[in-house]
Amino acid sequence: MKCQKCGMREATTHIKTVKNGEYAQYELCSQCAKEMGYTNIFSDMENEFSNFLGSFFGNALPARTQATRCETCGSTYNEIAQSGQVGCADCYDTFWEQLMPSIRRMHGNTTHCGKTPHSLEYTKSEDTNVSNVKESAENINYQIDLLKRSLENAIKTQNFEKAAELRDKIKELEENKNAK
Amino acid sequence: MQNDIVISTRVRLARNLAEFPFPCKLNDKGKNLVTEKVENAIKNSNSALCNNFKFLDLEKMSEMQRLSLVEHHIVSPEFISNTKGRVLMITNDNKISIMVNEEDHLRIQVINKGFDLEETYSLADNVDTLLDENLKFAFNKKLGYLTQCPTNLGTGMRASVMLHLPALQKSKAIGRIAGNLSKLGLTIRGIYGEGSEPKGAMYQLSNQVTLGISEKSALENLKNITEQLVNQEVITRDRLFKSIEAKDTVFRSMGILKYAKSISHDEAMKLLSNVRLGVVAGEIKDVNCETIDRLFTEIQPAGLMVKENKNLTPEERDIIRAELIQAVL
Repeated sequence: MKCQKCGMREATTHIKTVKNGEYAQYELCSQCAKEMGYTNIFSDMENEFSNFLGSFFGNALPARTQATRCETCGSTYNEIAQSGQVGCADCYDTFWEQLMPSIRRMHGNTTHCGKTPHSLEYTKSEDTNVSNVKESAENINYQIDLLKRSLENAIKTQNFEKAAELRDKIKELEENKNAK
Repeated sequence: MQNDIVISTRVRLARNLAEFPFPCKLNDKGKNLVTEKVENAIKNSNSALCNNFKFLDLEKMSEMQRLSLVEHHIVSPEFISNTKGRVLMITNDNKISIMVNEEDHLRIQVINKGFDLEETYSLADNVDTLLDENLKFAFNKKLGYLTQCPTNLGTGMRASVMLHLPALQKSKAIGRIAGNLSKLGLTIRGIYGEGSEPKGAMYQLSNQVTLGISEKSALENLKNITEQLVNQEVITRDRLFKSIEAKDTVFRSMGILKYAKSISHDEAMKLLSNVRLGVVAGEIKDVNCETIDRLFTEIQPAGLMVKENKNLTPEERDIIRAELIQAVL
């Protein structure tokens, strides 16, 4: 498809926007997109650059037949590269090797640091591995933090039954922590 | 001064439910199940925070209402591009919102007036923690929170500030600054309109990188750069107001806004931006920034139609816009 603005170059950027009170979609080449101020692939509110991102992947790895399908959602790597959209959480495992170079280029780093969901923390803390001892101590701290926050909320909403339950849990965890 | 230049602060967290494919691979039934789970998670969270949520089905809203949500920066254009299975969960004060089944199953968003990254993040973090008690989020130890678009992997956090930078825009410094920002993992772009000179000189500065950097570091980084940008804007403004030309522009703009019988969106944005500059500089004393900021959103086309509750031609809108401005100024 040709760019809607210049009509010359191939359109690679897909824009969704609201203009003059109306919803609008454009297909633009990267040059016209740049002139119109739409160049950023890491846009905040509107992640409308999926095709652009697709070309980002595509350039990195030349199109090839990729027969492997994700068992959970049925995506192939080519589909992901073209749309810039990963199909499901398991795709990251299935296409790990193909995705990693692009992820590294986007973020410069490939190891998460930051918040962790609590469900994961619970399963991890069951590990008895030596290398995990320090980590599980951190997990306990994190759990305590979480519970304390829930406790504050319970008190605020005057849910005293839940508050008492949470208080006991925190006490138990703190005793465990000190015992280690 | 900071709060005069930083109009608002927002933090958005991308989250997905582990047991469902991402929205691009999810059928309508699946989307409805996701919505149900999120809705229940809010209702069961037993928290004061979550008590006043409204649940708005995008399909049941009028086109005008949907467009108006985009104009108010509550939802993305992407969110309204397809209404199927999409639900907006939002508090009565519009401060906390959750877009369900946009690019990710959940986009938790908190908006605050002025410059307050810590408070804004902390609220978003609390909402996330509360939902986490009842939902299982897709997460990988190495890649962090898993998202449909790999640009959001890791913390899934996009923090941003809305800035009014008329002096830097006028002095053409924005282009140079934007180039340097990407090296620092940040990005800046216009909020209204296309091209190198966004309408109303409104810009959004946000973090780009979400993987390998903690929420705290990303926020600190954004805070530092915002402060630097604000300082540069202040210095440039001081220089600008040494000339009679800048003052003249401010008062002429006020004159037109006060007496015009019909005013286009673009012209109104430009003049409001000039007047806001004058208010902050202390030249105009009987109007405050808050009033101007409210006008910036209220004069948007779809918003006007929602307020009047009917479809209007551009010419009709221009007349109503002029009346609206004069009722306030």
